[in-house]
Amino acid sequence: MEASNNIRSDKEIKDLVEKWKGVEGNLIMILHTIQDEYGYIPRHVSFELQKLLDIPLARIYEVITFYNYFKLEPPGKHKISLCMGTACYLKGGVDILGELKSILHIEPGQTTKDGLFTIELVRCLGCCGLSPVMMIDGKIYGKLSQEKIPEILTHYIEAES
Amino acid sequence: MYRKTIFIKDTDSQGLDRTKEFYNKFLENLRSRNLQNDIQVARAADIGIYNQGIVLRVYGEDTIYVQLKETDIDNIISLTIEKNEIISSLQYKKKDKQLRRVLRNCGVINPDCIEDYLANGGYQGLYKVLTSLKPEEVIKELKISGLRGRGGGGFPTWMKWDFALKTESDQKYIICNGDEGDPGAYMDRSVLEGDPHSVIEGMIIAGYTIGASKGYFYIRAEYPLAIERIQNAIDQAYSKGLIGEKILNSGFNFDLSIRLGAGAFVCGEETALIASIEGKRGTPLPRPPYPSVKGLWSKPTVINNVETLANVAYIFIRGAKEFAKLGTETSKGTKVFALTGKVKNSGLIEVPMGTTLREIVFDVGGGVLDNKNIKAVQTGGPSGGVIPAQYLDTPVDYENLSKLGSIMGSGGMIVMDETDCMVDIAKFYLGFCVEESCGKCAPCRIGGSQMLDILTRISKGQAQNHDLETLSRISFAMQKASLCGLGQTAPNPVVSTLKHFLPEYKEHTENKRCPAGKCLDLLSYKIIDEKCKRCGACVRICPVSAISGNREHGYSIDTQKCTKCGQCISVCKFKAISKE
Repeated sequence: MEASNNIRSDKEIKDLVEKWKGVEGNLIMILHTIQDEYGYIPRHVSFELQKLLDIPLARIYEVITFYNYFKLEPPGKHKISLCMGTACYLKGGVDILGELKSILHIEPGQTTKDGLFTIELVRCLGCCGLSPVMMIDGKIYGKLSQEKIPEILTHYIEAES
Repeated sequence: MYRKTIFIKDTDSQGLDRTKEFYNKFLENLRSRNLQNDIQVARAADIGIYNQGIVLRVYGEDTIYVQLKETDIDNIISLTIEKNEIISSLQYKKKDKQLRRVLRNCGVINPDCIEDYLANGGYQGLYKVLTSLKPEEVIKELKISGLRGRGGGGFPTWMKWDFALKTESDQKYIICNGDEGDPGAYMDRSVLEGDPHSVIEGMIIAGYTIGASKGYFYIRAEYPLAIERIQNAIDQAYSKGLIGEKILNSGFNFDLSIRLGAGAFVCGEETALIASIEGKRGTPLPRPPYPSVKGLWSKPTVINNVETLANVAYIFIRGAKEFAKLGTETSKGTKVFALTGKVKNSGLIEVPMGTTLREIVFDVGGGVLDNKNIKAVQTGGPSGGVIPAQYLDTPVDYENLSKLGSIMGSGGMIVMDETDCMVDIAKFYLGFCVEESCGKCAPCRIGGSQMLDILTRISKGQAQNHDLETLSRISFAMQKASLCGLGQTAPNPVVSTLKHFLPEYKEHTENKRCPAGKCLDLLSYKIIDEKCKRCGACVRICPVSAISGNREHGYSIDTQKCTKCGQCISVCKFKAISKE
């Protein structure tokens, strides 16, 4: 699955780990560093970490899989974070999700076949005044309605062709 | 250096910003008096006042003018700016109880600039503590203030610190809990982003008091700006000698660093949070021992919430008595709420403890959206409860909320109107906790999903009255037997809605009806023939061709085909489609 330019040399992984080496309880911070770099935590990196940190692979995976934030699959090119916080839920977040699902044919947490979009449900984007809200690549789209969704997505799809 | 700073904002919500002309005229006038280098004018993003036309605020003073016209500019400059005279005819009459203590610096100072914080009296509390107070005296002062934890439980802060102080150990820790995970709440984020130094000041004071030489910020990874600002603030505090060795020439050493959360609600629980900082899965441990005795790496640890620590800084800058002037008998000071949901002005608010829910929703929040009827207010997020409208005059404090079956929580406050179904709300919150349960203890893991199953059946009209009894029984078991706060409080939204809205549950179970019109499985759409003008708009918009008929004989909806998407209702100009 991994594109070849994403595979780093062992040396580079070592560099990423360096800052946290020897710090107590460093595993989560190291995983953050890795994910910032790759967008997810590739399996070969976990294997590398096991050697570098001298901890069992199971320990690394039990932590990765416990926390929602860490991903084991590479994300799509555009990340759609749809807010399911209480305010957005009350104001129709579920309808927005339905629209996204019917257009993109994926469930939350999945990536479209063309690798263009990933839908992710988030708890709160901290702008409840604009609810319902979604964020695509850091850009906030507020006061959404079902009708607005196709237009927003088209914008990203057209930029591709 | 500017003598004065003026903020201007167009607060009418039509989306039309008229400040540009006003701003230009204002600058022109200043220039004509050669004041342009003395007075700074800025167009503000938000002044916290709405629907008051063009508003002007003189920074650092309480002067706020509203409903301004260009003809007022000359007067404002010649009287208020040049002579410090207040023009009372323009002054904003405050209608609500909002006041800013915790948020005092947010949006006012530059959060990336320690000098701004220092100029506003920042770190003077720390100075006072380090130069003139013994740890026991700090705790005494904190006891006078009456400060209680702002993260959820409302445990007296002085007591937590006192336990840790009295536990002997070679190493102790302070942790700031910034893992705000309650959906619909973002108080901590605003403080971390808007006033990072006040939280740091609170942490250093806490460290000195209990004898901790190390502190950790635990912040959600989803808050990148907060992380950046806190890191920057830490670096600045180090360079000014406010963190590090021999702080302010005292013998006290304190180091501070950041650890990131990774999206686990349970990590708001103290023992789970500690496990996470230790680099492990965030599963809780039985308490006692409490973290103040045995916490991070088995050393005494105090964990305080962001807002609590910002309050600590305030208390030692302004004095405990000043702090305790506001509030009720048992709950002192102010509380920040994220007021959201079906309310006209949603946003962060800060009010004195003891303000009533009605004052919050109607005076501060401007009332219910679309002027619908208010049904309930939810506080405390997934661990809290729903307070029905008849209790709106209850003054908000820790005890009153818990008497009503809710909690103060971290400060989420969600307004619900008559179209919100309480079964649906209970299902939403419980679903959240079920997803976030760490799975370690059976009551939470199994109880939660069993309850969710029953609630789902209720919302589909497949449940009986005895299921409601089962809900209560499982709730009780979870509250008593779960290992940590998440499991113990997860049933609260169910318990409180059952208590206050039992008839609504029974409508679902007995009559298979959802009075609020929310539970899709219990609704069917119908065309009201008398109202229908036979325009055919609904036929054209229906995505599944469930509406058939013609202009002559009228239209009807095939309930088998209908997906209840609601598009026909939104397109019908004659309100001729009903859902029940």
